[in-house]
Amino acid sequence: MPVPTPFHSRTSALCTSYRWKDWAGFYAVCSYDTNHDREYFAFRHAAGLLDVSPLFKYRVVGSDAAEFLAFVMARDIRRVKPFQVSYCCFCDGKGKVIDDGTVARLGETDYRVTSASPSLRWLQEHARGFGVQIRDESESVAALALQGPTSREILKQVSQDADLDHLRFFRIAQARIDGIPVEISRTGYTGDLGYEIWLRAQDASPVWDRLMTAGSSYGAVPAGLDALDVTRVEAGFILQGVDYHSATRCPTESRKSSPFEIGLEWTVDLEREPFMGQEALRLEKREGSRWSLVGLEISWEELERLYETHGLPPHLPAAAWRTAVPLYDGQRQIGRATSGSWSPLLKKNLALASVETRYAEPGKRFQIEHTAEYERRTLTATVVPRPFFNPERKRA
Amino acid sequence: MASQLDAVIVGGGHNGLVCAAYLARAGRKVMVLERRPVLGGAAVSEEVFPGFTFSVFSYVVSLLRPEIIRDLELSRFGLQLIPLECAFTPLPDGNSLCRWSDWEQSRREIERFSKRDAEIYPAYSQAMMQMGRFVKPILSMTPPDPASRNPAELWELLQLGRRFAALGEEERFLKLKMFTMSAVDFLDRWFESDVLKATMSVSGIIGTFQGVRSPGTAYVLLHHYMGEIDGAFRSWGFSRGGTGQVSLAIAGSARHHGAGIRTEAPIEKILVKDGLARGVVLEGGEEILSKLVISSVDPHLTFLKMVGPEHLEDEFIEAIRRYKLRGSSGKVNLALDRVPEFKCRPGVGPHLRGDVAISPSIDYLERAYDEAKYGRYSRRPYLNVVIPSLCDPSVAPPGKHVMSIFVQYAPYHLREGAAAWPSQREAFGDAVIDTLAEYCPTLRDSILHRQVLTPWDIEQITGLGEGNIFQGELSLEQIFFLRPAPRWARYRTPVRNLWMCGSAVHPGGGIMGAPGANAAREILRSGTL
Repeated sequence: MPVPTPFHSRTSALCTSYRWKDWAGFYAVCSYDTNHDREYFAFRHAAGLLDVSPLFKYRVVGSDAAEFLAFVMARDIRRVKPFQVSYCCFCDGKGKVIDDGTVARLGETDYRVTSASPSLRWLQEHARGFGVQIRDESESVAALALQGPTSREILKQVSQDADLDHLRFFRIAQARIDGIPVEISRTGYTGDLGYEIWLRAQDASPVWDRLMTAGSSYGAVPAGLDALDVTRVEAGFILQGVDYHSATRCPTESRKSSPFEIGLEWTVDLEREPFMGQEALRLEKREGSRWSLVGLEISWEELERLYETHGLPPHLPAAAWRTAVPLYDGQRQIGRATSGSWSPLLKKNLALASVETRYAEPGKRFQIEHTAEYERRTLTATVVPRPFFNPERKRA
Repeated sequence: MASQLDAVIVGGGHNGLVCAAYLARAGRKVMVLERRPVLGGAAVSEEVFPGFTFSVFSYVVSLLRPEIIRDLELSRFGLQLIPLECAFTPLPDGNSLCRWSDWEQSRREIERFSKRDAEIYPAYSQAMMQMGRFVKPILSMTPPDPASRNPAELWELLQLGRRFAALGEEERFLKLKMFTMSAVDFLDRWFESDVLKATMSVSGIIGTFQGVRSPGTAYVLLHHYMGEIDGAFRSWGFSRGGTGQVSLAIAGSARHHGAGIRTEAPIEKILVKDGLARGVVLEGGEEILSKLVISSVDPHLTFLKMVGPEHLEDEFIEAIRRYKLRGSSGKVNLALDRVPEFKCRPGVGPHLRGDVAISPSIDYLERAYDEAKYGRYSRRPYLNVVIPSLCDPSVAPPGKHVMSIFVQYAPYHLREGAAAWPSQREAFGDAVIDTLAEYCPTLRDSILHRQVLTPWDIEQITGLGEGNIFQGELSLEQIFFLRPAPRWARYRTPVRNLWMCGSAVHPGGGIMGAPGANAAREILRSGTL
């Protein structure tokens, strides 16, 4: 049975729909209301406040912290400046991705690593010989995501000691909210202007209350994971356990993915001192990857025509989906769509997919399975660049 | 002066801009000319009072074609739509009705008035959705002329007939009835509760000079219901930053594709020589020549003023003169200090995040129409109220709000004549505030500023004839192949190289973009460019 997060007294009072799910062993709200529409639109038009405490968080401290992280991560963490955050992934010795997350440099030799799955053992095992201490602060540090166009104004109302107007994308700052020490990073999973707030678990309630009170004049609402899921598809972000599987948890070799196969090539700094998986990644870089992660746009006109043959208006699930759907070139399966969503903003039917690399070029077309009125048919899907939605305000 | 321009577009409303964007995207050189300093026509956002941005005229987006959003990549150019969450009808007796997207929640609300109605409500919605499915393809169609002998048009007509024939017998009759019945008669077939019928029937009269019991209004009901079909795919909504943002996003896309857009460029005349449109003359005398002239403004303005009767046949002039603009609604925009609370449902709940209708009974709506018939504005009008700042904080300072009140009836032709409107404007505004304050006693105390717009004002500001934001009624005798005139519904006009692309051509008004897109498609298909 899941356990409460530090914000549970607040989130449970607001979650009138009783729609919860298990996120890494914690109670997490799917949607506060019977459907997630309002929360989704708040992310895009105002702000949504999301409890992200179930993320795994590790503190890596010591004179070799940068060297160690550069060794474990596919990205060269030595280049991360103080109060910078880096998105990265870490691989096993065969260059297969175990997890993706962020590394925030909180001091000269002080870093916080976040991951989707427990990673303490993996980090500790590879820390031998490095002058670092690794501490699991998953439960002692609570976290909130405040995402959306009004998020900066809300944070400016409540926080002291941080210059949020000048806090750039993927930077982090120390601040106070009503005297409570927090860290505010300009990061998130919605692909929009947004922040994440890191705080001691015992300070959770007052910080939540302060943000909700100040947020009410800026259209802020508490938001759950259903709304987040739509925004993350629009942003083209992958999710471990859905769009790829952790190499440590795969029963078969074929299910594992390299960073190149899941769209994380840009996070791999290949030519440098040795790091985990480097040799295998070098080889794959030379010889090419079998799979590629792509964004798909599924033809709306065909969907309409398909439903019209049944005398029905077009229908799609209101929430994002995450069951693998086969992709075909003629009779041959060439990959799978791993998650997707109707985008209310773009008016497009979107998906993320793993396809054979030769199908990965933008503009490539193939078929995606679609079931309408109990009949399995196909629709044309076109490879389009990710992110699907990329507003200027995200970085501005 | 030799010109490189393929087309000049008269008017920078959303349809003119859509047409320009599609033509530019197809590689044509186009120039949009707008009289006002701001783009958008009736779909315009203006900071009327410092810090308060209003969708001054058209205030909700319902039918904006999703294919236009995709084709013109409007979200990339700043378009973000926010759906209305519910439809709230406060009642004078302290009761109220709120319809939600959550069926069960709606059922409980309707049950307070009639259990039978609550039970049939989903079936009604489904029937309307099926009707919408039938009508929808017609929206993006160039109307075939039933009197034509052109094989292509006859083919289109045949297709339409086949579609109709493919319906079940029941459905066919339902559709025929729908075209001729009144909104109330149509709803009577389904529902018994006066409260429910009244508030649903208002969709049949918005933008028309008709009452909810006038024949033909059932069709308008469907026209508005179209915005609700398919739930998440197309629903009634706000545009972040106001409806002007729709126009600006389209303009952004048009510019991206190379279209030129000039504001403060009022057009005096459309240049016609030897029966051919050759360009336009701006006020002040500047001539802009082009291969085509495409007018997005209403037919009275286009033909009677800009072209001039001397270039047109009497029969056509007569048809255009008879084309009914008949502005019948006004608008009151309020800047508020706080969210006003309704007596019947106190608090700032989700019921305020949709539209609020003052339409308590069918008799109330008919009485409002009665006054209008005799040239007076309704003393107790039908109001459609939205508070966009609750969902879109960008339009008001933190904690403050904007309220938009659509008011019907406010006939352009007052008994004393349209020119009498300025002297009645504030009294009209007072009647609106008085009406709403009966339901919302704290309203007056929370008003910081108010802007009252009569149809006369709307005409003065935007140039829309008689202040009709739909550029002419959506009544049966002026829709589809009759809009704006028989034989001239295919975006062409009797003047060669002069085309129409505004709400006065099929499929009509609303922030839909379809007239502009259809016109562009027809122009490109015609091979004249």
